[in-house]
Amino acid sequence: MSAPTATIQLNVNGDDKSVSVPPMKRLLDVLREDLQLTGTKEGCGEGECGSCSVRMNGELVNSCLVPILQADGASIETVEGLACDGVLHPLQQAFLHCGGAQCGICTPGMLMAAKQLLAHNPQPSLAEIREGLAGNLCRCTGFIRIFESVLSAAASGAEAGKQEMHAR
Amino acid sequence: MRGNAAEHELVAPGSLPAVLDLIASAPGQWMPIAGGTELMVVFAAGRLSANKLVNLWGVEELRFIDSTHDELVIGAGTTFSDLRASAAVATDFPLLDRAAGWIGSIANQTRATLGGNLVNGSPAADSSPALLVYDAEIELISVRGKRRMPYREFHTGYKQNAMTADELLYAVHLPRRFAQHRQYLRKVGTRRAMAISKVALGATALIKNDLIDEIRVAAASLAPFPVRLVQTEAALAGKSASVDIIQAARESLLAEAQPIDDIRSNAQYRKVVGANLLEEFLRHLNREPEPR
Repeated sequence: MSAPTATIQLNVNGDDKSVSVPPMKRLLDVLREDLQLTGTKEGCGEGECGSCSVRMNGELVNSCLVPILQADGASIETVEGLACDGVLHPLQQAFLHCGGAQCGICTPGMLMAAKQLLAHNPQPSLAEIREGLAGNLCRCTGFIRIFESVLSAAASGAEAGKQEMHAR
Repeated sequence: MRGNAAEHELVAPGSLPAVLDLIASAPGQWMPIAGGTELMVVFAAGRLSANKLVNLWGVEELRFIDSTHDELVIGAGTTFSDLRASAAVATDFPLLDRAAGWIGSIANQTRATLGGNLVNGSPAADSSPALLVYDAEIELISVRGKRRMPYREFHTGYKQNAMTADELLYAVHLPRRFAQHRQYLRKVGTRRAMAISKVALGATALIKNDLIDEIRVAAASLAPFPVRLVQTEAALAGKSASVDIIQAARESLLAEAQPIDDIRSNAQYRKVVGANLLEEFLRHLNREPEPR
């Protein structure tokens, strides 16, 4: 049996996109395969590791758990949308500066979860960062440097990056 | 073997009546999907047997928290993020607020719904012990109308429930009568975040004149589905709220619990920890409720 495809409209990082895909196709796979946005990674594929974290309508989601039909009409933000005109987002700059990325597989998800956290809480405590990133697993860099990166970004006013992106 | 999206139909009728009509047109044929935090995992692993799915995400009639004088009514499509953001839940049903913060991560809480947690029916479901000790009622809906039942009668076996093939879970009703109750909920898992319970225990008790006037004890992962421990409750009701009751309470729980060995824990550990949690609750019975 082959289910009919659906035409899905999305806004991804400020650009309107349209794809015709099976409605159960995962948002993760649409981003990577249909829109060639391979910054978003697949880790566990079951919502436990956070590698595939993106923002959907301003909320953090695991893109491996979103059937694309549920993203019809949604606004999606991925790691590719963080840097603006070749200038890194303050979070990316902080991860670079603090050594918050080693192999890099968890980094796109970490960045999006951190962006979600700072959007609601521009000056989080260490405990709040731990909770905000609790769904994002790192297995090589170590969490301390990642937490330090987010603290550093918060201190430098990473929220400025949000306005830049929304202004695009 | 990974799931193949082309092998599964997914439709979005939109409104709640349209969803109910579709389900009634072929009872049992359409699997509802809300936040997808359970079904998309099953799908990705290639184990999703349903090939017709009907979308509930974005069906606004299912996503609400209504507060009346007597009760709080929570729509089945309410997410755990919604629950955590609700002042009424935090004030009147703090155990549910706490359980909502235990579920997965922020990204899971954004998408996972209360209705999905209950219909999925995991023995370890995080929201269940809180709902059981608050005497929750379940409201079901179909084209035939609505009906209510006590939540403690909803689960009927491992991943089995009392819904008929044309029904959806519509809402959960919580009676607002627990302000004076001692309240307790604790989850034991492998780590603090993202862990599925090895065992969890919830309890509410009303103390009058140093006696246990009313008590509810409920557990996750101590039976094939989330349960009230009614024999343990009966052993405690009417007794003095003192440390003297602890040994008998532990023995009652150990006799009543029916946990299993699985990948997360084993039956013996679950029983002992369940008894320890009950003891922790009982040791605090004489303290005044914490201000909320």
